Amino acid sequence: MSDAQTVELAAVTKRYDGALAVDAISLKIKAGSYCCLLGPSGCGKSSTLRMIAGHEDVTDGHIMIGPRVVNDDPPAARGTAMMFQSYALFPHLSVAENVAFSLRMKGVARAERLDRAERMLDLVSMTEFSDRKPTQLSGGQQQRVALARALMTEPSVLLLDEPLSALDPFLRVRMRSELRRIQAEMGLTFIHVTHSQEEAMALADLVVVMNDGRIAQAASPREIYNAPRTPFVARFIGGHNILDDGGRTIALRADDVAILPPGEAAARRRARVSEIEYRGPDVRVGLETEAGETLNAVMRERAFFDSPLAPGADVAIGWRPEAAHELSRDA
Amino acid sequence: MTDATDTNAGVRPVRASAGRRGSGRAGTALAPYLQAAPMALVFLVFFVLPLAATIVVSFWQYTQYSIEPAFTAQNYGDVFYGCLADLPRLCTTFLTYLSTLKFCLIVWVTTLTIGFTVAYFLAFHVHTLKIQVICFLLCTIPFWTSIVIRMISWIPLLGRNGLVNQTLVGMGVIDTPLEELLYSDFAVILALTHLYTLFMVVPIFNSLMRIDRSLIEAARDAGAGGPQTLLHVILPLARPGILIGSIFVVTVVMGDFLTIGIMGGQQIASVGKVIQTQMQFLQFPLAAANAVILLAAVLVGVWALLKLVDIRKEL
Repeated sequence: MSDAQTVELAAVTKRYDGALAVDAISLKIKAGSYCCLLGPSGCGKSSTLRMIAGHEDVTDGHIMIGPRVVNDDPPAARGTAMMFQSYALFPHLSVAENVAFSLRMKGVARAERLDRAERMLDLVSMTEFSDRKPTQLSGGQQQRVALARALMTEPSVLLLDEPLSALDPFLRVRMRSELRRIQAEMGLTFIHVTHSQEEAMALADLVVVMNDGRIAQAASPREIYNAPRTPFVARFIGGHNILDDGGRTIALRADDVAILPPGEAAARRRARVSEIEYRGPDVRVGLETEAGETLNAVMRERAFFDSPLAPGADVAIGWRPEAAHELSRDA
Repeated sequence: MTDATDTNAGVRPVRASAGRRGSGRAGTALAPYLQAAPMALVFLVFFVLPLAATIVVSFWQYTQYSIEPAFTAQNYGDVFYGCLADLPRLCTTFLTYLSTLKFCLIVWVTTLTIGFTVAYFLAFHVHTLKIQVICFLLCTIPFWTSIVIRMISWIPLLGRNGLVNQTLVGMGVIDTPLEELLYSDFAVILALTHLYTLFMVVPIFNSLMRIDRSLIEAARDAGAGGPQTLLHVILPLARPGILIGSIFVVTVVMGDFLTIGIMGGQQIASVGKVIQTQMQFLQFPLAAANAVILLAAVLVGVWALLKLVDIRKEL
């Protein structure tokens, strides 16, 4: 395997017929780290990934992989490999031939390339399927094959375009740890596009939240969750209430909201319980304040049932001063 | 993770309960057959019956002035008369089949080459549906006129004093006009290619349009160049279209007598032409036997092509 490389974007811009998809973003991704580009559809995350991969021309700016500017290099010369959203397995080739495709293009003899494909399939536990056609595989199996095929080119950067979105929730969680394991084992730089904040949190060393072609925030998952920069980030990653607090906009984690008896002196808001959602480990309590704000409180399941609430109950709300995190305005 | 305002959870689609089915009207079971009936009737009257008649007549006897019902293999024997005895010299029938096969093969290659190129252009380089439709209409313009007119229009172009010869002589490329432009193998191949390329374009275009574009990116990602992508990804995936187009072209060219007759100046033999001549001499049983043999030959060819691809699976 080749060594992991840093990926650096410098004022990278993408315009389609005048429409701005990616607006001068700059970003540095450390070698060997797992980076998630996170954002709603149309935020420019896929365009960014495709530009790094070389499947989309860069309108302006520079993309550097390791020490080189790769703007004009074809995909194979960049040391990147892409795993496509639809997996893009060749339907006319067997699993083994799919994985060996890049070697075949290099002119490696059949016996050798199939042998190497077999070893790669072993990494993703798919050896027993090597003679099958892709259509005979389940979504999860296809994905492993796609991963093996991408790794076969010995990339220094692996690009994954919404790799888990086609899988059912259980499989998604399993593949998540698998991706993480393979990334750690091979020590490659992974750049993974997703619209799921849960996926990004679970996988990434660096979460890059994008909105409208710009980076809203790029930080570690913990920092993003504890200190979202803007209301957009706070809303998108979830688990936050966004409140107006004396002229400031603050983000308040739902699990930092304390529900108090109605007469409590330390109360910051008075509210009425609008809904209760039982979620297993915890319970979400929907609240509506006197001023008409809606917010959510999340309580541990046991804590909730120690003094259960019912919709329509009047309560007071409080939070520790340090729990309120001030947001800057959306860019 | 405790996310209270999960942005991704979204709204679950509310699925309507399964619709009412099978309310049990007596007519519903019959409906699909009724829908298929008109086409079945057309097939029966205009295809199955004439074909059956041809097969029956091919076993009849004939004289110069009469045709009599019988059951004799005489006509089939006549078609191949002397063919085995004369080997290794080829008899007229074998030579005719060979000549027809030659045209078939050449026209297959030319229509495939041009048809694939055009289909590739339409599928991969024309990006809007509107332009694709316009280009398709352009391709079909030749079909707006009759086949005879289309062939006759080659004459002022290819004739001894036609445009091509005049231009070549005028440019000083040649001194005397080329004789073999018209009424020659070349003219036949040109006309057949012109007539039938569209039959290749349509099915190949259809196959190419069904290729997931990300497959081509995946090939590029794996280091494949343009020619490699074409050879290892696009061509294999276009195979069903190529085969369907090939079946069209091969069957049509094998039975052709009009184009070969007109463009060959009535000098080139083809199986279709033989059958037509025998019909003119009222040797219907002999013509029928020839037609059945031709049909068998074409069917073997189609069967062989189908062996190469399971069309039902790939359509």
